[in-house]
Amino acid sequence: MTNGHEEIGHNIDIAPGDEHLEGGIGERVLGYLAGLGLAILLTATSFFVAGTDLVWQPSIPVALVVLAIAQMGVHLVFFLHITTGADNTNNVLALAFGVLIVILVIGGSLWIMANLNHNMTPMDQLMQMQR
Amino acid sequence: MADTTMAYARSDPHHVRAVEHSGPAPKRIVTGYGFWIFILSDMVMFSAFFATYAVLLGQTAGGPSGAQLFDLPNVAIETGCLLASSFTCGLATIAADARNKLWFQIAMAVTCLFGLAFLTIEGREFASLVARGAGPTRSAFLSAFFTLVGCHGLHVSGGILWLLTMMAQVFAKGFRADIQRRILCFALFWHALDIIWIAVFTVVYLLGSAA
Repeated sequence: MTNGHEEIGHNIDIAPGDEHLEGGIGERVLGYLAGLGLAILLTATSFFVAGTDLVWQPSIPVALVVLAIAQMGVHLVFFLHITTGADNTNNVLALAFGVLIVILVIGGSLWIMANLNHNMTPMDQLMQMQR
Repeated sequence: MADTTMAYARSDPHHVRAVEHSGPAPKRIVTGYGFWIFILSDMVMFSAFFATYAVLLGQTAGGPSGAQLFDLPNVAIETGCLLASSFTCGLATIAADARNKLWFQIAMAVTCLFGLAFLTIEGREFASLVARGAGPTRSAFLSAFFTLVGCHGLHVSGGILWLLTMMAQVFAKGFRADIQRRILCFALFWHALDIIWIAVFTVVYLLGSAA
């Protein structure tokens, strides 16, 4: 390692956020520039798609979600350096568990609340029943 | 890895026998991993706010909806500020690894300015919403909106205080190992805030304006 941490001479794990790179400063700056370029491209596409009439309207929400997930991936790889390398297993597994909980919380809430809304007596009927 | 360990690993590719480790992990890895777990728990907390927002999206109580309130060009500028600050934060990390104090302070100062620009634009947006009678007390939708976006804004404010602390610590103490670990954690925090902002501008602003 050339990035100045004597501690990471260790080949088993790397800390999240640390790069496992043999290259010098120029190569690392290029990595961040690549991430920045991809992120700008994805963000610009998102804002363009949200305001355009050029694509089939019902596809827009799906496209926006896909673009957002892609950009999160770009940030994770280029800025946080969470990669699929063998020395990164712990970080990726923790991330996978976090993603599982996030999906359960958001998906579960939406599912349950949509179901409740669907099955609940409409508010005006409820008011009449109470009279 | 030493040659003997490599030979050992080759003789036992599926790790049936216990693998020899060279002692406990270095402190930098332990600290970084622990902070990574904190960031993931922070994302779980944000997921609860996102779920609340999504559930309350239609509950405008006769008040204005997102499509009537949001100003997308403003949001695009905010997004640009945060993305640029994430990039300069990465440059600060590289400068810290190279132990270059001058470039570290420059990159951190630029990061701070972009963060402050983001907060200023967000503060103005909130002030104009409240002035137009669309404050957090107007409807359940607006309560959820101010909670979610405001919580992200609070994180950015806290991040800026931390950033200034790191600039002062590097100025006073230099790149000691413990300071380097704090810089690692700060960089993780700042990049994670940008990831959460991607979800905010997509779910709240872009989907809110499209709907």
